Amino acid sequence: MEEGVVNEILQGPLRDVFDTKQLITDISGSGNNWAVGHKVFGSLYQDQILEKFRKSAEHCDCLQCFFIIHSMGGGTGSGLGTFLLKVLEDEFPEVYRFVTSIYPSGEDDVITSPYNSILAMKELNEHADCVLPIDNQSLFDIISKIDLMVNSGKLGTTVKPKSLVTSSSGALKKRHKKPFDAMNNIVANLLLNLTSSARFEGSLNMDLNEISMNLVPFPQLHHLVSSLTPLYTLTDVNIPPRRLDQMFSDAFSKDHQLLRADPKHSLYLACALMVRGNVQISDLRRNIERLKPSLQFVSWNQEGWKTSLCSVPPVGHSHSLLALANNTCVKPTFMELKERFMRLYKKKAHLHHYLQVEGMEESCFTEAVSSLSALIQEYDQLDATKNMPVQDLPRLSIAM
Amino acid sequence: MRMVSRLVRSLNRTEALVGVWRQGLAVLPRLVWNPWAQVILPPRPPKVLGLQVVFRGNTPSLWLSMSIVTVQLGQCGNQIGFEVFDALLSDSHSSQGLCSMRENEAYQASCKERFFSEEENGVPIARAVLVDMEPKVINQTLSKAAQSGQWKYGQHACFCQKQGSGNNWAYGYSVHGPRHEESIMNIIRKEVEKCDSFSGFFIIMSMAGGTGSGLGAFVTQNLEDQYSNSLKMNQIIWPYGTGEVIVQNYNSILTLSHLYRSSDALLLHENDAIHKICAKLMNIKQISFSDINQVLAHQLGSVFQPTYSAESSFHYRRNPLGIDRHVRPPLSGLPPLSKMSLNKDLHFNTSIANLVILRGKDVQSADVEGFKDPALYTSWLKPVNAFNVWKTQRAFSKYEKSAVLVSNSQFLVKPLDMIVGKAWNMFASKAYIHQYTKFGIEEEDFLDSFTSLEQVVASYCNL
Repeated sequence: MEEGVVNEILQGPLRDVFDTKQLITDISGSGNNWAVGHKVFGSLYQDQILEKFRKSAEHCDCLQCFFIIHSMGGGTGSGLGTFLLKVLEDEFPEVYRFVTSIYPSGEDDVITSPYNSILAMKELNEHADCVLPIDNQSLFDIISKIDLMVNSGKLGTTVKPKSLVTSSSGALKKRHKKPFDAMNNIVANLLLNLTSSARFEGSLNMDLNEISMNLVPFPQLHHLVSSLTPLYTLTDVNIPPRRLDQMFSDAFSKDHQLLRADPKHSLYLACALMVRGNVQISDLRRNIERLKPSLQFVSWNQEGWKTSLCSVPPVGHSHSLLALANNTCVKPTFMELKERFMRLYKKKAHLHHYLQVEGMEESCFTEAVSSLSALIQEYDQLDATKNMPVQDLPRLSIAM
Repeated sequence: MRMVSRLVRSLNRTEALVGVWRQGLAVLPRLVWNPWAQVILPPRPPKVLGLQVVFRGNTPSLWLSMSIVTVQLGQCGNQIGFEVFDALLSDSHSSQGLCSMRENEAYQASCKERFFSEEENGVPIARAVLVDMEPKVINQTLSKAAQSGQWKYGQHACFCQKQGSGNNWAYGYSVHGPRHEESIMNIIRKEVEKCDSFSGFFIIMSMAGGTGSGLGAFVTQNLEDQYSNSLKMNQIIWPYGTGEVIVQNYNSILTLSHLYRSSDALLLHENDAIHKICAKLMNIKQISFSDINQVLAHQLGSVFQPTYSAESSFHYRRNPLGIDRHVRPPLSGLPPLSKMSLNKDLHFNTSIANLVILRGKDVQSADVEGFKDPALYTSWLKPVNAFNVWKTQRAFSKYEKSAVLVSNSQFLVKPLDMIVGKAWNMFASKAYIHQYTKFGIEEEDFLDSFTSLEQVVASYCNL
């Protein structure tokens, strides 16, 4: 809802990729206010946006899925973004809605980000098929780690000049500036790997609708923690390819997750492994057998693995792995968010900015926080079953 | 023949050992209610898969063979289907037949007639219908076949959509099925009409996914309605115990219970078992699905290629093979055969019926007496009826001697029981059920499936 970013894209190297008729901008922005984004701009632009969606959909032979990419902490992405989710659900009910959400980290500079996030989360819980939560802090940590490895000369790495890594390593030195380009590159790679099996051939394909089918056992438990290996692009850094098995181990380490979470020590509901490159089914199975004992799966899904093999590796790598986990490790993130929300809400800080928007009432806030509490409780209940022994339930008995 | 005695010993095991014999081609016939009907060779022409050929007179041109139409469903079905046709044709062209030229020609002609149709420019066209709900695999399969230069698929023999089935049995069965019923059945009908003498369908599908399993069950049901006099044999791939599809147990029980009502014979094949063969017997280091599919195709080829009757060496027999004879073939002789350890335990899997197919050198002198031991069979079926052997001098593929055992026995109980158990545990927590009810498969349908499969398990246990 402000022109700066869109204009920058239109002047950049990818300007020809985007259809200029499919852009909507406004001038003033949403002021980091979910209510403005959702209620004001929502109603203002609803028709226009719907029109453009319909046009895009008409160009498709077979529309399968929408990708919504936004942040939770701001006003437009968070507010207008979740408004659109509802519109898409009404207009295209059979099309899957995949949402990549950037959650605000602890030192976020937007004070009202907890409000925006929790108001948005309620919408996500109700209208999204699948949510991939990511937070800036994790991305930043990953970039720092790469930077460290590059600069310390470990692994005999050499950095190519004018690479994404070097251009941002200078930025790391300036404490207040974040290397957003490099961080966003990681998320971009996530989405690339997610769709790779749908775009390229492989011996075991996995489509986007299969992600939802296999990883969402109950409609509200649709948050998937993602991790990518390897993390740096070889076009930037010359490193010897890591051993295949190491790649699998990395995917489960907490340093490689795109959210502050430790899936290894929490309960798995389901896990998907999407492999690209010259990897065969025996490699995949060997690694699953190897890693299984150290992971805890919920009792009714002890073998909850979904796998896919795509023959084409990403550019610059010989193989790569994307792991998506439906795991109770998202709970701490949500609980922290709720705490920050309550700290503000108890003092009614900044509330008037929201309440003065037409259609906003205090009940919106209370409903949003209770929806989040219910979700946290679901995860709690699952966690409670964590160390219980797996019991075989009595089967149907047949009279012969 | 040492090979045969090993086969006999294999029936004496409770556990399926890794080995030549442990292929998962097992069949669940509809035996529960009326076993006697299948034992007696009925006076009217029974459903015949026409695995054998009548060869009248001395001239090869007077042979009569029955054709099989293959329906390949989903990624698994199509990938395997390609390997099967490839294996059949390359065996047919093999130069080491170890038999007379006339026999070889009859064999080749019979194989061709059964699985391929007349070529326009010299390239045989597979009698197959390819079905998938997304285009990548079919395109790959078509081009691989064309590239071989030896054979190809028919131009209009495919049916394809774009969005896939999402590993959802309900989507394959309740959405894709009715929506595309007419188109798919039309293509199948055209393929059937091309056959001079049509015998039945060979349907290749997996149980774990959405298209092969759900749409496969739907198509088989339709085939039963429209072609009730023809044999329908389903080749089903049993998924790996871990690490394929999370909802594979649900998809499997829904598939099996539905197929049980409409299919005549189910050849079951386990990924785990073939994986072990590749690893331990064939010493393949990095096993790919292509390796696995080739091993499977090899097995199926050695079952389906023409065989002689016992009576006269000039007649390929038309065997009125009832459905209860179809069971599980272990792998044909792989060189070198590893030594089997004899299990001293007296427990063994009771068989309903067994079929041994021997090919190659010294078949006539092979001793199959071990298979006629009544201890191997149930009390209500005498070995003379339950056991059959087919012998053919013409060797299969590159093997001087090969043997296949097709067995209908209690072998199946353990894997089936395991899948039902896992699906039941998941069902009790209602996980993923909303994905199925979204498309019209309700909890009652699940319960029906559980009930019918528990009955199958119980029936087999009571043999």
